[in-house]
Amino acid sequence: MKAIVRVDLKQGVLDPQGKAVAHALQVLGFEEVSAARQGKVIEIDLEESDKAKAESRVKEMCEKLLANTVIERYAIELEG
Amino acid sequence: MKSAVIVFPGSNCDRDCRDAVEKATGTAPAMIWHRESDLPDGLDLIVIPGGFSFGDYLRCGAIAGRSPIMGAVKDAAEAGVAVVGICNGFQVLCETELLPGALLRNAGLDFVCRRQDLEIANGNTRFTAAYQGGRQVNFPVAHHDGNYFADADTLDRLEGEGQVVFRYQGNPNGSARDIAGVMNARGNVLGLMPHPDRAADARHGGTDGLALFRSVMESAG
Repeated sequence: MKAIVRVDLKQGVLDPQGKAVAHALQVLGFEEVSAARQGKVIEIDLEESDKAKAESRVKEMCEKLLANTVIERYAIELEG
Repeated sequence: MKSAVIVFPGSNCDRDCRDAVEKATGTAPAMIWHRESDLPDGLDLIVIPGGFSFGDYLRCGAIAGRSPIMGAVKDAAEAGVAVVGICNGFQVLCETELLPGALLRNAGLDFVCRRQDLEIANGNTRFTAAYQGGRQVNFPVAHHDGNYFADADTLDRLEGEGQVVFRYQGNPNGSARDIAGVMNARGNVLGLMPHPDRAADARHGGTDGLALFRSVMESAG
């Protein structure tokens, strides 16, 4: 099974990289861009076939290492 | 005084910290590799140095914060040993939750590298007593992720309890309330982005950093 973990900054936490990306897009002529947020995606291959178990383990991974929940939020997607 | 400097892969101020501590206190610290799980007995000070531990992968300080030695550092902090995290070391202490808050990317996105005037916001701590009431120091800053963040309640509490120890005079990175360094409620764990270890020799351009390490020695008795 594969877990796809998406980590990004919580709403309300300044994201200067997202801001710079939005600005660069606007400069390129994409005037419809009003904002951008930048995060990261972590793909994890798991030797686990039980979806519920996998989800609970990946949640633990997020809390222990993958996200700093003071500033970040995370979302987990499982495939396979 | 007995001290230790923790060394991670990618630490690059470990030797600056060693030299500064030795110069300030007269005794060289033990250099402890991150894979160790025990610290020497009877320590008065643990320094987490600056650098780019683990290449800043995932988040600055995140992987170092979970390395084997940090369990022993946490235990020592709980037992009251003084712990100072400088720059990347401050990020490590926030990641291990020995200090509140987090360090975000600098608001201007620039890596800032310059000499920085700082206000000593609390001169009555284990880390600042030897400044003897002096209110201003100059330490170098050199970081990309020094923008201190905590929620408003936490910031109010830090300010109310005297846990803000250093403030920027001319904020280089967007840090909340100009915070450059904070300590825990008990007053034995300090994290700061500026480098007292790089203000420890006249050839550095100043020696304002030495009194920080001397303060710890004097409080250790």
